[in-house]
Amino acid sequence: MRLPDKVGALEEAIAHIGDGATVMIGGFGVPGTPFTLIRELVRQGPRDLTIIKNDANETDMGVDHLLVSGQVARLVTTHIGLNPRAIAMMNAGEIEVEFNAQGILAERIRAGGAGLGGILTDIGIDTELADGKERMEIDGKAYVVESALRADVALVHADRADPFGNLSFAATARNFNPLMAMAATRVIAEVERVVPLGALHADDVHTPGPFVDDLVGLTELSEEYAVVQR
Amino acid sequence: MVARAAREIAPGMVVNLGIGLPTKVVDHLGPDFPVCLHTENGLAGIGPTHAYETADRNLIDAGGAYVSTIPGSSFFDSAVSFALVRSGRLDLTMLGAFEVAQTGDLANWKIPGKFSPGAGGGIELAQKARRVIVLTTHTDRAGNPKLKDTCSLPVTARACVSRIFTDMGVIDVTDTGFALVELAEGTSLAEITEATGAPLSLPKGDIPTF
Repeated sequence: MRLPDKVGALEEAIAHIGDGATVMIGGFGVPGTPFTLIRELVRQGPRDLTIIKNDANETDMGVDHLLVSGQVARLVTTHIGLNPRAIAMMNAGEIEVEFNAQGILAERIRAGGAGLGGILTDIGIDTELADGKERMEIDGKAYVVESALRADVALVHADRADPFGNLSFAATARNFNPLMAMAATRVIAEVERVVPLGALHADDVHTPGPFVDDLVGLTELSEEYAVVQR
Repeated sequence: MVARAAREIAPGMVVNLGIGLPTKVVDHLGPDFPVCLHTENGLAGIGPTHAYETADRNLIDAGGAYVSTIPGSSFFDSAVSFALVRSGRLDLTMLGAFEVAQTGDLANWKIPGKFSPGAGGGIELAQKARRVIVLTTHTDRAGNPKLKDTCSLPVTARACVSRIFTDMGVIDVTDTGFALVELAEGTSLAEITEATGAPLSLPKGDIPTF
């Protein structure tokens, strides 16, 4: 037996994203953000997107291009403090922003990826983040219900992958990527190095191949991937 | 103040240092001091910060600084990172503040109409770290007290702060409100009482300085 090959073209992979789609995008700041996939998403131009991402990157980087092109209707996130445009668009009502506690966003995505309906947590229970959310008591302790999150498409960035889509992430570029790679109907991974089947040891696989649909090998890394000198 | 705050870190602890002033605490820990620094973007065992020229583009802390690993460091995803925080494995966090109430309520993520970038991981750090220490200026830029009877801004977490380090002193949050522990050198009792927006109880005997 031989495992299937999922390496394909960037344009064809991103063409699966249509108007109104919900798209998860990996990354925490620069590390793990799939800048090449985002650029192609901007080029193809589907609109009215719901973007789920930890942050909104910084000016002229990543998600910011989608904000400039007006493709984002809604942003589900944890912190957008490094992107003044995202804050301005939120304040002007040009995009809707839903803030989550960071680990709760991670768990909602993980629940979605695990086929669960949601999670119970006491995080933020005394704050405005809990406003409007259903409450539940278990063993005398109060929790809020946080619904699971799934997306039509997840865009992730990996360091290495084999053609079957077994993914390995580098350092703090892991962050939300393996969680999102479980939580979407179609999972598109851009990869710095595609290695032959067997070259990635089974113990070193962070995201198992069955979760991944499309692999895009990166031939070069744009400046967006580089060290940011502030 | 930062040097004094560093003395709160005991050998063997797992510690998360928030963005801003708390990050500077690490400069006051010796290279052989046994501590595990955690950053919520997925690293336990933070090593020294790098200059841009030698930085690894994939290796940052939650504030975006280019850091390094040390022998024994580990990487993990965002769910694992906050599992560590919420399950009680984080011994101590040091955070900044807009306001702290005498009950230990912390407000540090939102000023309605002015500043609302989202709380990031701050709510879970404040609510679930075993000990929460705040590092802040004693008053805001307009000179208003940041230590108050109740928070007027949206809270990050209730009754979470144990101790506050400011440019004027060290203050504990107790069952009966703010209690002065130490005075900063050059600050008088009258000054710190005046700059605090809630009653401040005093220690018995001489007040230590730092």
